[in-house]
Amino acid sequence: MSAAAIDQATPGTLTLSGAWTGREIGGISAQLEAVNGAGQPKLLLDGAGIEGLDTAGAWLLQKLLIRLRTESTDVELRGLPPAFANLFDAVGQHLGHLAEVTEIPVEAPDTRLVSVGRHAAAAFEQGLAMLSFVGEYSIAFAGSLAHPARFRWRPILYNIRSAGFDALPIVGLLSFLLGIVVAYQGADQLRQYGANIFVADLVGLSMLREFAPLMTAIIIAGRSGSAYAAQIGTMAVTEEIDAMRTIGIAPLELLVLPKIIALLITLPLLTVFADVLGVFGGMIMAKAQLGVGYSEFFERFVKAVSVTAYLIGICKAPVFAVIIATVGCFQGFRTKGGADSVGRQTTRSVVQATFMVIVADALFSVAFSALDL
Amino acid sequence: MSNAAPVIEISKLSTSFGAHVVHVALDLEIRRAEIFAIIGGSGSGKSTLLREMILLQQPNSGSISVLGNDLNHLSEADTLALRQRWGVMFQHGGLFGALTIKENIGLPLREHTELADALIDDIADWKLAMTGLAPEVGALYPTELSGGMLKRASLARALALDPELLFLDEPTAGLDPESAGEVDDLVRKLRDQFGLTIVMITHDLDLLWQVADRVAVLADGKVQGVGSMLELSASDNPAIQKFFAGPRGRAAQQQQTAGRSSSKPK
Repeated sequence: MSAAAIDQATPGTLTLSGAWTGREIGGISAQLEAVNGAGQPKLLLDGAGIEGLDTAGAWLLQKLLIRLRTESTDVELRGLPPAFANLFDAVGQHLGHLAEVTEIPVEAPDTRLVSVGRHAAAAFEQGLAMLSFVGEYSIAFAGSLAHPARFRWRPILYNIRSAGFDALPIVGLLSFLLGIVVAYQGADQLRQYGANIFVADLVGLSMLREFAPLMTAIIIAGRSGSAYAAQIGTMAVTEEIDAMRTIGIAPLELLVLPKIIALLITLPLLTVFADVLGVFGGMIMAKAQLGVGYSEFFERFVKAVSVTAYLIGICKAPVFAVIIATVGCFQGFRTKGGADSVGRQTTRSVVQATFMVIVADALFSVAFSALDL
Repeated sequence: MSNAAPVIEISKLSTSFGAHVVHVALDLEIRRAEIFAIIGGSGSGKSTLLREMILLQQPNSGSISVLGNDLNHLSEADTLALRQRWGVMFQHGGLFGALTIKENIGLPLREHTELADALIDDIADWKLAMTGLAPEVGALYPTELSGGMLKRASLARALALDPELLFLDEPTAGLDPESAGEVDDLVRKLRDQFGLTIVMITHDLDLLWQVADRVAVLADGKVQGVGSMLELSASDNPAIQKFFAGPRGRAAQQQQTAGRSSSKPK
């Protein structure tokens, strides 16, 4: 089939040819615009050469006729193959009908101020919703405390395994590498002052107080927080959550509380594990780069790092755990619609959890320095 | 493109999943501009057959020819060209959740033609109107639609490229009687006005009696019988009789025969 064409051989006659179909009609708009019926008493369109016609072609042709009728009083289309008549008339009817109905008003796009306002309102609404979510599960938790039989141990244990035990390799490896990096970065500076032994202070304090809890929380936010959001989000989309409610199982008790409790237990334990491997990494680096032996390192480590420093690191972990589990579950429950929304909420859960973990860590630093710890 | 040539020709088609045999040397022929329905019990291989016809699945052996193209020997380019000549309406819509209804309908046009955006929007609006949806629906997302509206929107997308052949998977399942009746009318209108060939899988007895020209009954991996509902109802094959026995089957049949006798002006 050849491309659609329109040719104004004489001012009063137009010859149409080729396939007037979506695929062949792409280049015709310039030709259509060139057609001019102004001042012609009679316009004759010859459609006998049309080889194919689909909705797009019929549409353009009808539009052309409508335009020509405003320019000339007598416009006639002749010779259109009868096979296309049905479609051509159907499009014509629809266009005639369209001319009668009034346009649907198009909403004007938001101005910048309005869109800033909308974003702020949405953020505020989300903050309130998260607060009410925390309130709801706190009530559920209190209810479970009053009736311990309502705790669901099986999901709790399952979550401890999936979020805790299964995460040991990745948490261990990354803390080990972080310990190596910290010791390596410090080695150069310490060697200049002959203060090699202080590498134990550097690695010990930084790992135990800051890096181990923070790294562990960020890994778990990416690993488990996203899984919570995706799981609950998919369940919301497939109406599993609604089904749960109608059967009389509170989704908060089955889906949220076990996750929060499991993470409250596992995140401090993972932090301890990260402490051990981080310091171990630092020790290896201290021996290789600074010639500080293991026994010397330990001797100094015990003096340099107080139990308080260790506990400060550990006590952050439960807070991070609550943040990660809350954000993950909350974003999961906010999933509405389809697959697209699940992906969006999962991303949001990771970004927000990581953000809030770091903000919380900063607040801890401020609080501890105010308390002189 | 003579009217006599079948649109779809299936011969000696065999399919099995592991030890589970779905089709055994199945033959079927679908003619131009007819409304053809495939029925059969659950697991009789209707959906598999449909998926094989629209190139989503490969049979183990046998040949399928659609619009004169043998599906076993298709080049990449031919496959693409063939896919633009048919439209498929999936059972659950298959609309893209990230796009509005209007964008969903316009997608095939944007993908395969060089039409101006404004024209594509106009065409999408028309297809929307054709399937009986209000213009406001175009701006909504699939998740905001009810089941019946989703099916119509899906049908509108299947019609976007003016296909010659339309596959409908359970077009009326889950619809209220009124919407189902409108789908009946729409299917008939598409065939009468535009000469579309329509292949559908359905369990809807009303749709079968009122709309389908010919019906194929699938059972035990084979086509047990092909013909109009009236012809099939006279068959004594037990696999076919299943569909006409029972109160629902009888009610639909009575309604149809009553409708025929009262509304036959000619």
